[in-house]
Amino acid sequence: MTLNENLSLRLLRHAAATPQRTAVRLLKAGQPDHTLTYAGLCASAAGYAAELAASGVHPGEVVIIILQHGPALLAAYWGVVLHGAVPAIMPFLTEKLARERYLADLSSLLRITQPAAIITYAAFENEVRSALPPDAHVRALLTSEAVAPAAQWSAETLAGTRSDPQAMALLQHSSGTTGLQKGVALSHQAVFNQLQAYGGALQCSSADVVVSWLPLYHDMGLIAGFIMPILSGMPLVLLSPFDWVRRPALLLQAISAHRGTLSWLPNFALNFCAQKIRERDLEGVDLRSLRALINCSEPTRADSHAQFAQRFAACGLGSGVLATCYAMAENVFAVTQSTLGSAPQIDVVEQAALDRAGNASAVPAAQGGAQMLSNGRPLPNVQLQIRGVDGTALPERQLGEIALRSDCLLESYYKRPDLTAGAFSNGWYLTGDLGYLANAELYITGRKKDVIIVGGKNIHPHDLEDAAGTVAGVHAGRVVAFGVYNAERGTEDVVLVAEIDSQSAADVAAAVRDRVNRGTDVALAAVHLVPPGWIIKTSSGKAARSANREKYQAAVAAAGPQ
Amino acid sequence: MHTPENISAQLAAQIATAILKTPRQLPQLDAALISSGLIDSFHLVDLALFVEDTFGVRLDDGELNAQCFDTIAQLAALIASRQAG
Repeated sequence: MTLNENLSLRLLRHAAATPQRTAVRLLKAGQPDHTLTYAGLCASAAGYAAELAASGVHPGEVVIIILQHGPALLAAYWGVVLHGAVPAIMPFLTEKLARERYLADLSSLLRITQPAAIITYAAFENEVRSALPPDAHVRALLTSEAVAPAAQWSAETLAGTRSDPQAMALLQHSSGTTGLQKGVALSHQAVFNQLQAYGGALQCSSADVVVSWLPLYHDMGLIAGFIMPILSGMPLVLLSPFDWVRRPALLLQAISAHRGTLSWLPNFALNFCAQKIRERDLEGVDLRSLRALINCSEPTRADSHAQFAQRFAACGLGSGVLATCYAMAENVFAVTQSTLGSAPQIDVVEQAALDRAGNASAVPAAQGGAQMLSNGRPLPNVQLQIRGVDGTALPERQLGEIALRSDCLLESYYKRPDLTAGAFSNGWYLTGDLGYLANAELYITGRKKDVIIVGGKNIHPHDLEDAAGTVAGVHAGRVVAFGVYNAERGTEDVVLVAEIDSQSAADVAAAVRDRVNRGTDVALAAVHLVPPGWIIKTSSGKAARSANREKYQAAVAAAGPQ
Repeated sequence: MHTPENISAQLAAQIATAILKTPRQLPQLDAALISSGLIDSFHLVDLALFVEDTFGVRLDDGELNAQCFDTIAQLAALIASRQAG
């Protein structure tokens, strides 16, 4: 379906029809709520659009936004859209990440993306300038303090209203050195196709209220927790991820206070809320307004749902409210969604047959087995295929790689034809995830690719291994990082194994932790130091991550607690 | 009443056992915990729950960062000062 529409026109239509309706209510601990109406959001955004136009930035060019979670980030994002340019968010520097590593990552992002402009804070301008590669053609470095909301604006003066629906609308990156070199380019049409299909599956209406604590540089935060509610006319209550992680009850309190109906969480957050929230923080919390609390962005677990449901039933959490979704930036967001109003199916399968033969044979629940939680059925605009190692389509209950086709797939990995070519096979996007279909519902079992997922965030093990390899006493190239599922936390622990010669192990372990943390912003759950020759290599000399994971788990089990 | 030394020892044991999972290897009292990433943000809540349950001192969410305390010694001093007050 072709719409003669783009993100700007859609936003402006809301501003024209319901100027005083709440678009976003931003919550920040210790500060009063900040409410943005559609008219207010458009005026703030139009200020950025005017500055970009005055700076000679052309529609279609990329603009990198480096701002923390807050009103300026929201206004800048839509300002880039209203100018018809292409926004991409670079996460802001954290207190842990080494400045030089951050700037090196920024530099490579700028080199690949070749943005026309960057928006940041005045206080951060010099750092950004220092990261500009010699061949950069950045024409404007805007500082958020210098941009005022437009006193007057009209749709005619905003170039974004003339954006071609087939043109690139936005870029999404995942985190880390590797992720920032891989921007997912999505068209206006793709975004609308996703909103239509996903909004339909969720039966969204203007009576919905979305509550989110997710960061906007992540696909779940950007699409489900930002663009979809704003463009669909569903008021968004937006918390800071930094506030939420220190006080998880804030999410439930916000749902209760604002009568939230929809919210998205990665699996670990269910465990985190169930285990860490104080009873006193639940006083008066009423979750009966929720239609769906959607578990997405990392493998979904039946025991996490059970824990959460049990803990919060007393707050009025309905029995069919917890839902699941399988999503990825490459498809804008959602690929599948469980049916709202009923708990996702649990498929009990024989673990041994799954591991041995890739055969998901159902067994009676009473007999015991692996409890697989369904991610629901594909959205109406998505076709799924499970593929064997030779690329042929497999029947139901056979485990293979998940491939998909839809009308909301990425155009390309921006300026990375090498990666784009490898991602597709005859028009099918190869996800790198492993799973099976049963009764047309999708069950995810693991990954073919080596990426580690912690708290919904994708981590590329190469980045960690490179950082650890620079520690004195560690053999570069004799390092391997992988994820190990931690059932208590409901997500993966990051483990790093390094070969060392003779130095004091405690010193090396501490140095590896510190180097990885400062170099990648990833906290390692365990550093396992081993003698030379321990790490299993493939015939091509690369560390075989899954084989080393098994060897590590066997070693830990044999050693008992350290 | 807990002394700062006594508080430090309990914090070190808890961090080693429950967070780092290395009960036989206690962290140094002056080692950076937060800015070094030894404790990630998800474990800060665990630490705050432990402090409240063990010492009866409530840490505000806004205090769970490296500016307020980054080492066991600093956290112990913070707890001791609250208990005294």
